[in-house]
Amino acid sequence: MAQIRIESLRKSFDQFTAVEGSTFTIDDGTFFAMLGPSGCGKTTTLRMIAGLELPTEGRILLDGEDVTFHRAAARDIAFVFQLFALYPHMNVGENIGFPLKCQGMARREIRERVQETARMLRIEHLLSSKTSKLSGGDRQRVALGRAMVRRPKAFLMDEPLGALDAEFRHLMCGELRDLHDRIKATTVYVTHDQLEAMSMADQIAIMNKGRVEQIGTPQQVYDRPASMFVADFIGSPPMNFLRFEGGLRSGDRAVSFHDTRLAVPEIREDRANAPLALGVRPEHIRFVDAGAVRGEVFGAEYLGTTQIVTVDTAYGRVAARLPSSASVRIGETIGLEFNAARLALFDIGSGLAIKTAGEEGARHG
Amino acid sequence: MTAAATRSTAHSIVEASPRAKAFASGLVILYAVITILPLLWIVATAFKSQSDAIAYPPKVIFEPTLEGYVNLFTVRTRQTPDFIAKLPPPETWYDQLVRKRDMVIAGPSKVVPRFVNSLIIGFGSTFLAVFLGTLAAYAFSRFRIPLADDLLFFILSTRMMPPVAVAIPIYLMYRQLNLTDTRLGMILLYTAVNVSLAVWLLKGFIDEIPREYEEAALVDGYTRLQALRKVVLPQAVTGIAATAIFCLIFSWNEYAFAVLLTSGEAQTMPPFIPFIIGEGGQDWPAVAAATTLFVVPIVMFTVLLRKHLLRGITFGAVRK
Repeated sequence: MAQIRIESLRKSFDQFTAVEGSTFTIDDGTFFAMLGPSGCGKTTTLRMIAGLELPTEGRILLDGEDVTFHRAAARDIAFVFQLFALYPHMNVGENIGFPLKCQGMARREIRERVQETARMLRIEHLLSSKTSKLSGGDRQRVALGRAMVRRPKAFLMDEPLGALDAEFRHLMCGELRDLHDRIKATTVYVTHDQLEAMSMADQIAIMNKGRVEQIGTPQQVYDRPASMFVADFIGSPPMNFLRFEGGLRSGDRAVSFHDTRLAVPEIREDRANAPLALGVRPEHIRFVDAGAVRGEVFGAEYLGTTQIVTVDTAYGRVAARLPSSASVRIGETIGLEFNAARLALFDIGSGLAIKTAGEEGARHG
Repeated sequence: MTAAATRSTAHSIVEASPRAKAFASGLVILYAVITILPLLWIVATAFKSQSDAIAYPPKVIFEPTLEGYVNLFTVRTRQTPDFIAKLPPPETWYDQLVRKRDMVIAGPSKVVPRFVNSLIIGFGSTFLAVFLGTLAAYAFSRFRIPLADDLLFFILSTRMMPPVAVAIPIYLMYRQLNLTDTRLGMILLYTAVNVSLAVWLLKGFIDEIPREYEEAALVDGYTRLQALRKVVLPQAVTGIAATAIFCLIFSWNEYAFAVLLTSGEAQTMPPFIPFIIGEGGQDWPAVAAATTLFVVPIVMFTVLLRKHLLRGITFGAVRK
């Protein structure tokens, strides 16, 4: 197993820059998710780690060894594709054994390793079936088997659950995580689905327009987003942004939000007057009669245990997550109260979070 | 669910009505008759005597004879009955057959070497065109080639006029290069004509094969060429077979270049067959025999590959 280090990696196609100078380290044994909207460069980054794409600039180190321009086959990594890429002219056993065959391993040894891998994935009974006869989940298991059988330094997965239906995806999420816990292989997992990333990963890198916006644990990226993009991308519904203008002083515990003062976590930097945004997660909003920010209830979305209530305020539409027991009437005017300890502040100009006591622990990418 | 299923059959999308089926079968049979009848007529003519072959009204029932085939494979001289009577008794059935018509076999005809030429040139150029076409199509499909679209257009543009339009320059070129009337020259020529078709057809097929297959193979330890051979080609076999048939049909049937560029050594069957007519008056049975034999390899090749051909033609229209 291995540590993967990416150093100022850049990739451009003609005019278009797909990946722009990201630097990060994936520690040995980490389940590392790369999350972002389509076209953000996450798949290109993964393909460069795999050696299927060559970087324009930068270095890739596997366990300290520079593999930037090594052939894919020389890197000792395994790749799991979204479309599984099972060879249709081979049966399940042959598919799993294929990487070993490529290495010229003895037939008997291949058979043993294939058996062992199949046992691990509980697909022994399928070994002689045709891949076209398999269900989506089984195909994915076979694809995983083909990746595992070689015992590579790292697994790279490109939206491996993207082609499965929602029910199976949930099941496979659990299986993948369980598998990772058993074999402890460094795994780089690319997805655009925040639920997959949040539920499985140890570390998440959130990418946008070729740049890594933030790297952190699921809690860190959710609770302490480093930028407005991350705050908006993670969470459903996303974080609310309430715009205001003001200056900040280090040590302050409140900001002037339009004509009121709002308590925030202790500010750790000085700022001249600038357009700012107050970031608040829907679940950190309460309805109180005396709330400083007032608005009119626009609609409510019932979700079982909670409901999402949208409120039109003077500063934009705000979504709040309330217990479903709370009774809300549409058109009613209510006051909003925010959980001060969980508020975030952003500089609208740069889109980056402003350092506060609550923001500590988050890293800028 | 059940209700929906019944309704969908009622709309005849799934199952054709008996009348529609009968109509469709009728059309297929009619088409088969139209295409197969001339072929059967040729096969039958090859077994007719010369007078039966030109009889009017045409004879459907006749006494079969192998004269046509014997005439095709031999060169004969006409002799007086006295001379034939003096000869030792005929050794073989074909000697006997020929002597009945006051002729003696003088030696084998050129049909066998011509047929061999056709086989070598037809299959040789097909192999080369498909081989080069596959490699080029793979490159166009997978790599970022500068000016790829223009190159593809140039390749296609070679087919925008009939190949014979450039016959005279090619003839002059071949004369300079000493390629006229050589098998190599004909193989190169047919390959050049076919390769554009092969590149375009195969590019379509290879585009349909997801890249992930070979990328998986690359990660798993194959080189690019190994991945192409072991992973891409087995999946492209359908397209390769379809392309090979198209290429073979062209080079097998090609007449104009063959007439112009070959006369002896490298002559193929198409220019040779009409030559038979002139040799011994109007020997239609011999011509029919030659035509029958000429059709056999291509029929065999097509039948052998028909499974792929059918799938190849519908490929892409119906996925999986």
